[in-house]
Amino acid sequence: MKKPLLAALSLAAMITAPAAAQEFGDAERGAKAYRQCASCHDVGEGAKHRVGPHLNGIFDRRAGSMEGYTRYSKGLVREGVDGLFWDLRRLDAYIENPKALVSDTRMAFRGIKDPQERADVIAYLRQFSADPANIPEAAPTAMSREVELTPEVLAIVGDVDYGDYLSTECTTCHQVDGDDDGVPPIIGWPEEDFVVAMHAYKRKIRPHPVMQMFASRLSDEEIAALAAYFGSL
Amino acid sequence: MKLNRRTFVGAGVAAAASLSAPMLHAQGGKPRVVVIGGGAGGATAARYIAKDSDGAIDVTLVEPTRTYYTCFFSNLYMAGFRTLESIAHSYGTLAADYGVNVVHDWAVGIDRDAKTVSLAGGGTLPYDRLVLSPGIDFVDGSVPGWDLSAQNAMPHAYKAGSQSELLKRQIESMPEGGVFAMVAPPNPYRCPPGPYERISMVGHMLKNMNPTAKILILDPKPAFSKQGLFEEGWSRHYSGMVDRIGPDFGGADVSVDPGAMTVTVDGEVTKVDVCNVIPGQKAGRIVEIAGVNDGNWAPIEADTMRSTIDANIYVLGDATSAGDMPKSGFSANSQAKVAAMSIRGELTDSRVFPAKYANTCWSLIATDDGVKVGNSYEPADGKIAKVDGFISQTGEDDEMRKRTYEESIGWYQGIASDMFG
Repeated sequence: MKKPLLAALSLAAMITAPAAAQEFGDAERGAKAYRQCASCHDVGEGAKHRVGPHLNGIFDRRAGSMEGYTRYSKGLVREGVDGLFWDLRRLDAYIENPKALVSDTRMAFRGIKDPQERADVIAYLRQFSADPANIPEAAPTAMSREVELTPEVLAIVGDVDYGDYLSTECTTCHQVDGDDDGVPPIIGWPEEDFVVAMHAYKRKIRPHPVMQMFASRLSDEEIAALAAYFGSL
Repeated sequence: MKLNRRTFVGAGVAAAASLSAPMLHAQGGKPRVVVIGGGAGGATAARYIAKDSDGAIDVTLVEPTRTYYTCFFSNLYMAGFRTLESIAHSYGTLAADYGVNVVHDWAVGIDRDAKTVSLAGGGTLPYDRLVLSPGIDFVDGSVPGWDLSAQNAMPHAYKAGSQSELLKRQIESMPEGGVFAMVAPPNPYRCPPGPYERISMVGHMLKNMNPTAKILILDPKPAFSKQGLFEEGWSRHYSGMVDRIGPDFGGADVSVDPGAMTVTVDGEVTKVDVCNVIPGQKAGRIVEIAGVNDGNWAPIEADTMRSTIDANIYVLGDATSAGDMPKSGFSANSQAKVAAMSIRGELTDSRVFPAKYANTCWSLIATDDGVKVGNSYEPADGKIAKVDGFISQTGEDDEMRKRTYEESIGWYQGIASDMFG
């Protein structure tokens, strides 16, 4: 796969450059782009929880931890416990495609595909978190297409029989009857959601060391096969 | 798997089958697989071969016990986190829903040329492929002064069931301020973190019912699985209660006297109230009887779990030398699926896929304080090699430890269904 290699090389090149406070989004443009978020998320002075939690102080916050907000999905709370913090990289990934990080998210939002637009929105949000200089953040080059998958990857038709075999690794913990008992159910998902989630684990942007381990040794075809098999249950 | 009417009826069917000894061989021309041992390896293998062959393969499972108590989670039962019934499983579903011929008997002989298994009850089972998953047996003389006749005075509780109940009662009956001693096993042994999870669970019990009691570990090993995590946990939850004597201080030079209830370490004699002796281990005896062992364990081919000594025999789980994989229920279950696929592929000429293995071991240190360690594996250079892994970290917050424990509960449900249907 050529893309990650290139990304890794450019990442390596950029890390060696001296760190500098980077302006990677325009907060003014971001204020306008934020309108697509504003119907659910307040921000700024006097912000209240509405359909979604307000986003003041979102940077560096543990996912699912806003006091007074009660409508987090189970999966999001779980990921927060697993170690998902809203740093720059993960906010970017989440806004790009919420389901990549939290498969059962209640944030019914398609995602902002344009990286610049995302950067703008994030720059706008930054203003409502504590002084950015105090926030540990990912390197600026993390503003790349973290969770978006190429059309080729998404177009892979999963081999259900292969998925059946591969699933034997999963079904020791994830039960085929869909029972939710400490380990979340994974049956009957739309295939694309499954694929996106597994890739997010594979790229280690979605927390959980066990899932990261399993996902990291699955090829794109194998992920598609699993998605097809579990989706069919 | 709770024992309900459905499984009870199934168990009755299985028992009846074993009575009709002369009729034990399969009818018709179907290929036959015999699985010896109905634990995490054997039960899983039997189920997957039966299920994935769609009835094209005749599967017989030979398991002496009618109720299987999982060793995994037996420590949790002892400490009161699980009931005994919750770790008990019967074979009725395998018999009724998967058509597995469950035979409650002991395999006592294997004729590899004739390809037959002889049973203690007198019957003979022919096979095309044989799967051995017998778990472990203890090495004679491994702990001087202890043998199987002493297992009531000094239980091993390293095969779950009545031994687990016995040890639990002994701990509960300790005098105030008494001593619980464990003679820990040398490597390799089943369930590397197991003895230390047990210490944690004993600590939990004693803290609640006998807080001045003491725990003594006599350990021939300099280090053990998840040591940092356990030691952090013991000092946090059971401070001052646990003393571990490693090889530097005589932990490798231990003998016991079950009559006097003493342990002798480097010549020094100590009276103890409970003594959990976990002896050195080797493959379950049937492996040796079959002649597929090399020393204490059975060598296998990394990509199929086939014995390197006999192409018609597969060996699973604790009884094997499986490269980097530890001896655990999870490993046995993982290996069983690879073996089942290989056998199914050969006998029905169907598709096989490259072998993948994994293991995760969860240990409970205290209430809602669970830790885990795990790895993925693949065949490489002729052995099963570690690929990637993870381990809980010291200093993790309480939420994470609680989640880890809850995951293990989910896993237990999953693996029990995977094994027994």
